[in-house]
Amino acid sequence: MLRRLFPHPLLSILLFATWMLLVNGFKIGSLVMALILAIVIPKLTAPYWPNRPPLRNIPAFAGYVLLVMWDIVKANIEVARIVLFMRNENIRSGWVAVPIDLKTPEAITILAGTITMTPGTVTSDMSSCGRVLLIHALHAPDPDSIVHDIKTRYEARLKRIFE
Amino acid sequence: MDQIVEYFLAALLVIGGVFAIVGSFGLLKLPTTMQRLHAPTKATTIGVGSALISSMLYFWFFEGTLSWHELMITLFLFLTAPITANFIAKAQLHLAVKPEDLPPSGVGTAWATFDPEVESVSPTLIRDRAPD
Repeated sequence: MLRRLFPHPLLSILLFATWMLLVNGFKIGSLVMALILAIVIPKLTAPYWPNRPPLRNIPAFAGYVLLVMWDIVKANIEVARIVLFMRNENIRSGWVAVPIDLKTPEAITILAGTITMTPGTVTSDMSSCGRVLLIHALHAPDPDSIVHDIKTRYEARLKRIFE
Repeated sequence: MDQIVEYFLAALLVIGGVFAIVGSFGLLKLPTTMQRLHAPTKATTIGVGSALISSMLYFWFFEGTLSWHELMITLFLFLTAPITANFIAKAQLHLAVKPEDLPPSGVGTAWATFDPEVESVSPTLIRDRAPD
């Protein structure tokens, strides 16, 4: 019964929280509206979520979010330093191919988003088999260390969360 | 107490402003499109972020209401920034980068942007393909 009402519990919680945050204050009316949205939208979009992976480890996911936020702050300082204090001809930009072990599209999407938001790297493309990401690095004197960082820092954690 | 909080909020705003201006400066200074893509996607997240945090703290301390809208802005920003960056990067791959310039993927298949097996979405950006 509960399963049929909420086919996608996390999406329901997210929609509920989003609506309550948008209303920015507690009213019974908005609570009812949030409940309606939390029930109707997952039901309507259920066909678009085939084989979605279960989020196995919610504390680990919260830890991952905090880690990424901290890294974003560091990335900001790092990129600002490169922009301000490095001469253009010394910036060694380049493409880096990062092989990935993640299988689920959701996990790969989160990894790609994380790479874009963190130290001087932007996810640009993917191999057509979906096993390698192409990223562009702003300053990469040592591409291997970037690959190593991404694999140990983010991918290993995402693997524990999703697979 | 109020004074200290005010100084703290002002400091946050100044830090945010500095990062935003560094992001814009990077847009001017860096020579290639792919490099310029880095400056706004990174250096501005902290600019917007600290402005939002100080807005939240301001309403909490001085108005007594906790405002949640700032969290929503952060969430939407984090959802949209990587996608925008990816779109710009892909457009740039189509327009100005040749497949030979890229490193090999290492698994035998081509990068998705240059793979002729993958059907491109219409309207296509690939220039040298004859119209059907």
